[in-house]
Amino acid sequence: MMKLVYFAWVRERIGKPEEEVEPPPDVATVADLVAWLKGRGEEYAHAFENEGVVRAAVDRVHAKPAASIAGAREVAFFPPMTGG
Amino acid sequence: MQATVSIQREDFSVADEIEALTRGRADIGAVVTFTGLCRDEGGRLSALELEHYPGMAEEELGRLCAAAQERWPLQGLTVIHRHGAMRPGESIVLVVAASAHRRDAFEAASFLMDYLKTKAPFWKREHLSDGTTGGWVEAAAADDAAAERWV
Repeated sequence: MMKLVYFAWVRERIGKPEEEVEPPPDVATVADLVAWLKGRGEEYAHAFENEGVVRAAVDRVHAKPAASIAGAREVAFFPPMTGG
Repeated sequence: MQATVSIQREDFSVADEIEALTRGRADIGAVVTFTGLCRDEGGRLSALELEHYPGMAEEELGRLCAAAQERWPLQGLTVIHRHGAMRPGESIVLVVAASAHRRDAFEAASFLMDYLKTKAPFWKREHLSDGTTGGWVEAAAADDAAAERWV
C-alpha cells in the first residue's frame, strides 16, 4: 500500500486530502502513477490535466516525473509552490 | 552550527530571534534579517491563507539551510514560516543569517528566500475584501528565475 497526499488545488480537484492506493506492479515511476491515477476518474483527469504543472514529492523529497516510486511510503502531488 | 527551522501558526518577533542567535556571542559581525509580510494588493485582499505540507515543509527548509551552510560560513541561521490565515500587515516568513562578515549573511539570506519561494511546500490562497474566497496564488516565473541565478 502507498499513501497519496494532495495539496491546494490538486486536493480540491481530487476531492480528498489523502488516500491509500495499491497501484499495479507496472506503475514504476511518478509519471506512471499520474497516468494510472488519470484513469481512475474525472476528478483525477481534471487535477492532472496540464501535464508538467503538478509537482510531486516521494517520501517528502521533490521528485521528477521519471523518479522511481519503488518502495515509496508516501507520494505527494501539489501545484507549484507559492510560499514566502 | 545547527540551523533553527520552525513552521508555526503563531507570529514571531524579529528582535527575539536576533537576540537568540547573538546572545553571549562575540564572534558574529553581521546579522541580516528578511521578513516577508502579507500585502493587501491595493485593498483587494482581506487575508492570505497559507497551506503547507506538514513534515516535508520542515525537512525541505532544513535541506535548504544545510545548502546555505555549505556555501557560506554562517554562525547562526533561523528560518520561520507561518501557516494559517494572515491579515495584511502580518508577517509570513523570517530568515535570520549571522556571520563574521556582512556579505556572507546577505547572500545566504537572499539564497534562502529565493529557494524557499520555489522549493518549500507552501501554497497561498487569497481571501478577498468583499468577503469571498479568491483563488490560489499562481507561482511567478520571476521566482524560478531568481532561484536559478544561484546555480
